[in-house]
Amino acid sequence: MSAMIEISGLRKSYSGKMVVDGLDLSVDRGELFGFLGPNGAGKTTTIRILTTLTKPTSGQVLINGIDVTRDPASVKSEFGIVQQHLSLNRDLTIAENLELHARMHHLSGRERKERIEELLDYVELSDHADYLIDDVSGGMKRRAMIARALIHRPKLLFLDEPTVGLDAQTRRRVWDLIRKMNSDGTTVFLTTHYIEEAEALCQRVGVLHHGSIIAIGSPLNLRMKLGMITVEITLNGNSTQYRYFPDRAQAAQFLQTLTTTERVIMRESNLEDVFVELTGQKVLGD
Amino acid sequence: MMDAYSILWADLMALKRRWPRYILTTLVSPILYLVAFGWGLGRGINLNGASYLEFVIPGIIALTAMTTSFNGAGTRLNVDRLYFKSFDECLMAPIGLTSLLIGKALIGVVRGLVSSVAFLIVALIIAPQIHIGPQFLLGLLLTCLTFAFLGVLAALLARSHEDMATFGSLILMPMTFLGGTFFSLNQVPAGLKLALYALPLTHASVFLRAAALNQSLPWNSFLVLLAFFVAFLAGGMIALKRISI
Repeated sequence: MSAMIEISGLRKSYSGKMVVDGLDLSVDRGELFGFLGPNGAGKTTTIRILTTLTKPTSGQVLINGIDVTRDPASVKSEFGIVQQHLSLNRDLTIAENLELHARMHHLSGRERKERIEELLDYVELSDHADYLIDDVSGGMKRRAMIARALIHRPKLLFLDEPTVGLDAQTRRRVWDLIRKMNSDGTTVFLTTHYIEEAEALCQRVGVLHHGSIIAIGSPLNLRMKLGMITVEITLNGNSTQYRYFPDRAQAAQFLQTLTTTERVIMRESNLEDVFVELTGQKVLGD
Repeated sequence: MMDAYSILWADLMALKRRWPRYILTTLVSPILYLVAFGWGLGRGINLNGASYLEFVIPGIIALTAMTTSFNGAGTRLNVDRLYFKSFDECLMAPIGLTSLLIGKALIGVVRGLVSSVAFLIVALIIAPQIHIGPQFLLGLLLTCLTFAFLGVLAALLARSHEDMATFGSLILMPMTFLGGTFFSLNQVPAGLKLALYALPLTHASVFLRAAALNQSLPWNSFLVLLAFFVAFLAGGMIALKRISI
């Protein structure tokens, strides 16, 4: 069976500056894949190419076997997207926003009615169906965007920073929803700058840097490659150095070599450590 | 055409929810023009065999059609595209670019017709002798279509909200006062007259005025307006193709 997303040799340049530089990536059907990268790494450009909004300079992108550049019209029915910014129509209610999207995806009147009711129930917004967008909370808006993206039963869902600006409680509720969608068979392609979000949700993550993938694998595998234990050494109260070890025993052995004037923390490595080591940068929104 | 209606449908829902407020706000400018120019400055003036009030009303209708159609389509699209970014949702939906273009323009056409007809009702109370026939309505529809597509074209070309404001100041504002709305083009020097005939609003005013005053219809102006409509539609299509893949 072919992959849900197959990217090969993808390049995009703006005014001679290469933003996506020979990107190769394959995302399996039913996978929950995290796409990480520092500010300016090319995440947004890649997503815009995958969702037919931007034409690549060269390379090929297949979504569910369909070439995005050659047949964008067919590809558009294959995916749904939840964008980072609020892209709902503020003049409409939550239900009307869903109806608009259903109409644009050619659902019949009966299908529209059934699907809207089903999805409002799915994202627990049935009681707020007739509220205007500006009259509901940020979390509700985000769930409405997810419901809208699912209206035409896409096989692939792009989530671009789906929990940005949400409080911790609402974020976890959205996480549950993302897991639920994925367990229902939807392939999820997630970009986030909340590293713990990628770690909590994704089966695999790919790290994008200067327009190409520099590491790919499960969060656990990437942590193992780096070292499961991190030692943070703060020198003279300001600059911090990081050392990575395969296990606590080796880390403890290292600690004995340090002088007492240094502040030291030993902890489990996380995906952020992997990311910072690979890119030399903290994750920032693209 | 169903896809174009889907795009229009969203605006119809919004309009349905706010129609009393929309009509009230849309009537303010034309009524002010009517009071200031029709009753104030123009009292006692006769132009082309009609009172100035009868003369100016079709011009104000053309002006109202231009402003509301342009803003209804263009300003809304500009905000959706550059501020809310919700236009991307339309580009990612499986609808044809032609349907998308027509749907966005129809929003302006509907708003232009609603505003123009609302003002027309007020105008008919003040000047019941004005003749409203099929030719007048045809001219009004073409005016709304022309300026709605101009609005879409401007919004697709604009790279910022300032670009849209600049377009309004440099193109629409001069047209408002120079497009044969408030004065007869026979009163201006030949060179200026030629320049004013390059404006689409001039042809809309001239055609609507002749239809409203039951005079012989200047079909040349209708054809020029039609040519502007086709040019703006084609320009909009090219601009839309450039921003989509």
